[in-house]
Amino acid sequence: MSTVAFLIASAVKVTVIVTVVLMGVAWSTWLERKLLSRFQHRIGPNMAGPYGLLQPIADAVKLIFKEDIVPDKAEKITYALAPIISFIPALLSFAVVPVSDTLTIFDQKIDMVISDLNIGILFVFAVTSLGVYGIVLAGWSAGSKYSLLGGIRSSAQMISYEVAYGLSIIGVILVANTLSMVELVEQQDSLFNWFIFRQPLGFVLFVICAVAETNRSPFDLPEAESELVAGYLTEYSSMRYSLFFMAEYANMIAVSSVATTIFLGGWQGPFLPPFVWFAIKVFFFMCFYIWIRATLPRLRYDMLMNFGWKVLFPLALANVMVTAFLQRL
Amino acid sequence: MFDFVKTVLIALPKGFYTTFKHLFKKPVTLQYPKEKMPMAPRYRGLHYLEKYEDGSERCVCCGLCAAACPADAIYMEPAENEKGERYSEVYEINLLRCIYCGFCEEACPEEAIFLGHEYEFSNDSRESFIYTKDQMLANRPTKEKPFKKIIRKVRRIF
Repeated sequence: MSTVAFLIASAVKVTVIVTVVLMGVAWSTWLERKLLSRFQHRIGPNMAGPYGLLQPIADAVKLIFKEDIVPDKAEKITYALAPIISFIPALLSFAVVPVSDTLTIFDQKIDMVISDLNIGILFVFAVTSLGVYGIVLAGWSAGSKYSLLGGIRSSAQMISYEVAYGLSIIGVILVANTLSMVELVEQQDSLFNWFIFRQPLGFVLFVICAVAETNRSPFDLPEAESELVAGYLTEYSSMRYSLFFMAEYANMIAVSSVATTIFLGGWQGPFLPPFVWFAIKVFFFMCFYIWIRATLPRLRYDMLMNFGWKVLFPLALANVMVTAFLQRL
Repeated sequence: MFDFVKTVLIALPKGFYTTFKHLFKKPVTLQYPKEKMPMAPRYRGLHYLEKYEDGSERCVCCGLCAAACPADAIYMEPAENEKGERYSEVYEINLLRCIYCGFCEEACPEEAIFLGHEYEFSNDSRESFIYTKDQMLANRPTKEKPFKKIIRKVRRIF
């Protein structure tokens, strides 16, 4: 492929993926509110447009026109940077997620992934972990006790689940013998080759850690509305506040995409075009997220630590050991 | 350890199944300004004054309602018409004082004042809550409501 064609293709891919992800972020807020309310016998947003579908636009307009308040005691620069630091990594992990099979346009073969890194999984895990810095810095820089507690909780929580999170994927890597996301998807060509069936425990551990990673209920300790006002979000307002929200939902979509790619066969599927299969799988994973939120109450702080170190970590280690043993046989 | 396994294998799927069942139930939300709750027949809302079939007022300005009113919300001035019948020239209820107890309705010997079903009468000035006789006559429901019959039956027994 010539350099010009490569540049054009990359630019188009980046634009399309960022746009689609941001749209997905906007409407996943709608999806969450709608589904959650149905779980609780409510109707949910239904005034803005049909089925309340224009609600995200109304919310965005409202948030943009709100006053941007910076507390006197805040560390101004860090305070302004924190939302950006938490938002950018959420978008970055889409760079290595293959959304479809290789397309052929004008005799050019185009990979439907922005960059086919040979260490794709490692990149995803490195980048998604960075999002925690945004939360910790936001909590520390706001100069409020609730924010600080939220930030501390976030860092402590991160230490507890991140080890198991990393280990949960090693089983898959041992079986697949690759770190590239594209090759991972190619190996899951039939239903029983999906890694969810070859690594069931790894999948369960991954899902639990992913929920903790994205600060979602039941591991939403840094926010914890009922205890810490809004945790690290307490002092934020206007667009900076919404950046954190966008980061949360972008993270959810990112983790769903990664889970789909690693465990649920990525774009593989019969009849429908590959990217449709990918979208369907991500959508169901998002719904599962919301289902979890509707079902489970928030864990206590020490329970999460216990759970992370005494249950998830040994299980992940055992999974890696058993998988390695079986691979050697 | 056994407890933990029990939690994971039994309680968690049970919880998820419960919430999943509730996903398909009908929402209980009432879209208030569009839909309204059916009122109880004896609900005590905004007052209205009843008339005779020929259109003349039932109220004779006896003052019993004002005497019965525990909130002291009723003010009236009597007058006489050309046939020598008493009627109320001024009849005002201060809706901010009124506690909607229905004593005026019970005290009335002429079955002139009733408490209707209307409950949406918020306003933005205190003056507008002085509820005059013309408003009360205009507020009369056109259809005879069943609850009025109940009250009349009770009256006949006494």
